[in-house]
Amino acid sequence: MPILEGEGVTKHFGGLAAVSSVDFKVDEGEVVGLIGPNGAGKTTLFNLISGALAPQEGTIRLNGQDITGSSPHKICRMGLARTFQSVKVFPNIPVPANVMLGSLFGTPNRVSSADAAGETAELLEFVGLTAVGATPAKDLTLANQKRVEVARALATKPELLLLDELMAGLNHTEIAEALELVARIRERGISILMIEHIMKAIMSACDRIMVLHHGEKIAEGTPQEIAASKKVIEVYLGE
Amino acid sequence: MPGLFLIVLLLLAALPVYRPGYKVILVSSILMYVILTVSWVIFSGTTGYLSLAPAAFFGVGMYTAAVLGMALPLPVVVVLGGLASSCLAFLVGAVTLRLRGIYFAIFTFGLVEFIKNLLLWWEIERTGTRGRFVVLVDNNTIYYVMLAILVMTVLTAYFIRRSRYGLALQSIGEDEEAAVHAGINVTALKIVTFAISAVFMGAAGAIWATQLTYIDPYIAFNLNYSFMPVLMAIFGGIGQPYGPILGAAVVAYLREILITEFPYQYMLLLGIILLVAILFLPNGLVGLVERARRRAFGGQRANT
Repeated sequence: MPILEGEGVTKHFGGLAAVSSVDFKVDEGEVVGLIGPNGAGKTTLFNLISGALAPQEGTIRLNGQDITGSSPHKICRMGLARTFQSVKVFPNIPVPANVMLGSLFGTPNRVSSADAAGETAELLEFVGLTAVGATPAKDLTLANQKRVEVARALATKPELLLLDELMAGLNHTEIAEALELVARIRERGISILMIEHIMKAIMSACDRIMVLHHGEKIAEGTPQEIAASKKVIEVYLGE
Repeated sequence: MPGLFLIVLLLLAALPVYRPGYKVILVSSILMYVILTVSWVIFSGTTGYLSLAPAAFFGVGMYTAAVLGMALPLPVVVVLGGLASSCLAFLVGAVTLRLRGIYFAIFTFGLVEFIKNLLLWWEIERTGTRGRFVVLVDNNTIYYVMLAILVMTVLTAYFIRRSRYGLALQSIGEDEEAAVHAGINVTALKIVTFAISAVFMGAAGAIWATQLTYIDPYIAFNLNYSFMPVLMAIFGGIGQPYGPILGAAVVAYLREILITEFPYQYMLLLGIILLVAILFLPNGLVGLVERARRRAFGGQRANT
């Protein structure tokens, strides 16, 4: 059974069809890439899935349950976490508390403070942030702030993680580290849907890739199929 | 810090014994402003939603005392004043806390004017008079009730701040979108916190009204009760829990002194003092205290 499934999902902003009648799915344990030129509707689709926006048409199901139009905190507690394209940490809150908020509020059951602190320590080690201590999140580098965001998302114990341009703005070393992090998240049994512009990264990380253009899905397939698709090359390079 | 709070509390509790009379009335009014400011900070200081509704909650408390003061015992009246304000806050919050930023501030500002004018219309239409008399209570009782409300306000603020909900409220203030995506039910948390903060404002209003003995809508729903807590919190500094307490106490005392010494220029003088403070003390009195403390203890705290 797919973890995430969407049918005919549509969102208009005024006259602009940001996402029009898109079908998608993510299977258990899969890493799926979402690519497309700027303005293709990738982030809008993420916002529709995570509940930040409600679609005008279509249905979205998480583990078979209809989440269309649910509020983000409910969707989060049902097992879907996300990060943001423009990194959203809590700037003045110390790094461990940033992560702990996910543990304390992001799961369906009440978690004791001691358990949340334990999970936080484990996750900070997992993403490689043990050394930063109780620094406020705003004092970290961009790459580390993104790790805080990932750790906070993981703290909500998701089954599916949406990563919105995890690697944008990072240098070569940091991109390699981010790729390795994605692989390790996958090893934890978490499925991933990721938006990315760095082709080399997405080709190596994903099992399957979806291509959006002007709000429509124009192609879907394995990385090799997408790389060879005439339609995709036209969209990216022009005819 | 809790030790210091306890000492101040004991001194305050003993005040009516060794300084009866005017000093008790003066300190009652200072306590009242501390309650308004600390309860304002519980919601607005953390979430960043600028509420100008304190005057509405304070006024509802006053009217509760005016309407029920003769019929019910004082403690019941005070509790009912708090509950009535809290219900109002709950309703207003449920309707408006989807609004963000300046829209929320403007709505709460309008709420005070709306209730004031509605009540004015009602009183003149139904009772034929504008104001109401409030049951008389002796000054020492007013003082001790005010002190009890203050203790509860400060304890509530302290426990919320220390709890997971305090952290969640702060995260709402820093990035509400990230907070809701981390699983925090931001709407419910905001509404409940807003309603909790209004309890103390309403209770303070109920006991304060007994000191005034006569109220009308202009007295009860005076917007100064909305602006003062904001100014006092900023003057004291929101960064530390004791900041709003300090700010409210100092400004309320200054206000009282200026009113008695310079009755015609007091608003002007108070305005200048607050203006200078905001220009030169961006972190409020707390900033000043922390700087002095750092100097006294050398570099020990430099890296925190």
